[in-house]
Amino acid sequence: MAPLFELCLRMGDSTLILGQRLSEWCGHAPVLEEDIALANVALDLIGQTQMWLGLAGEVEGQGRDADALAFRRDAGAFRNLLLVERPNGDFGHTIMRQFLFDAWHLPMLRALAGSSEPRVAAIAQKAEREVAYHLERSAGLVIRLGDGTGESRARMQAALDALWPWAGEMFAGDGVDAALAAGEIAPDPARLRPAWDGTVDAVLAEATLARPAGSFFHRGGRAGRHTEHLGHLLAEMQFLQRAYPGAAW
Amino acid sequence: MAKDWPLWEVFVRGAHGAGHRHVGSLHAPDAEMALKNARDVYTRRNEGVSIWVVPSAAITASAPGDKGPLFDPANSKVYRHPTFYDIPDDVGHM
Repeated sequence: MAPLFELCLRMGDSTLILGQRLSEWCGHAPVLEEDIALANVALDLIGQTQMWLGLAGEVEGQGRDADALAFRRDAGAFRNLLLVERPNGDFGHTIMRQFLFDAWHLPMLRALAGSSEPRVAAIAQKAEREVAYHLERSAGLVIRLGDGTGESRARMQAALDALWPWAGEMFAGDGVDAALAAGEIAPDPARLRPAWDGTVDAVLAEATLARPAGSFFHRGGRAGRHTEHLGHLLAEMQFLQRAYPGAAW
Repeated sequence: MAKDWPLWEVFVRGAHGAGHRHVGSLHAPDAEMALKNARDVYTRRNEGVSIWVVPSAAITASAPGDKGPLFDPANSKVYRHPTFYDIPDDVGHM
């Protein structure tokens, strides 16, 4: 598969699945302000999905648009990070997952903003401002909940420990990444690690949370090998288009 | 420790507004989060270019029951309005 098509799916599928996960909170968040804020972030991510998957369809050239790619692919065709398909858990878990993702997403978009492929650079430049805010917000909440009450601190540490093995995949490159890096279309994933480490270490220190020691990580999402959770998410997300193909407003 | 977050009053200055206008209130653990929450709750549709948040507890308000003594006396003082001047035609609309 063309590396550029894969890049668009990897970016767009991660924003789509995380956007869908965050949408599950709508009407259920612990306070009204957080409910609205999470929905805002979800909408930002789904808007970015439209751009990435729209470009994926354009690059593929087989007449599939963003909706076709979002709603009529099976789990094995999705290229999202395993981290974003993790279930929401409690609010602390959701915020920690968001922070670990945002801390990668922002430097990734900053690198993509300088892509040799102008359509990739244009999407990245547009998304970067939104994601800068996502990171500011999730980092702020990690700090306040980590350095909060005994209860909130314990929940944030538990979330960090549980999610840690799902973060390493963000920096594990493969042949597609090598081709993209050689063409200066996208950065080598490992190159983003120092920026991510810097953000994560600074925020965890302020949050009085301990960085887990383990270096093991799960991988496979970017190659289409997913956990059982993605199928359940897709069953809900794709229900309408599966039951009523082509249904439109 | 209080279980509920404190209340904040939110003021937003719109793109064409000269001053900040009170738009509502919200809960947040501290001022910085109150600003972020205000951004999400009150400026989602591009309403503002600047936000102020003020702890609701910092506002001293007049009591509704004092309305009479505070405001009624102004009712009968028409001479406090600049309506008794003849404005030269040259000045136009004021």
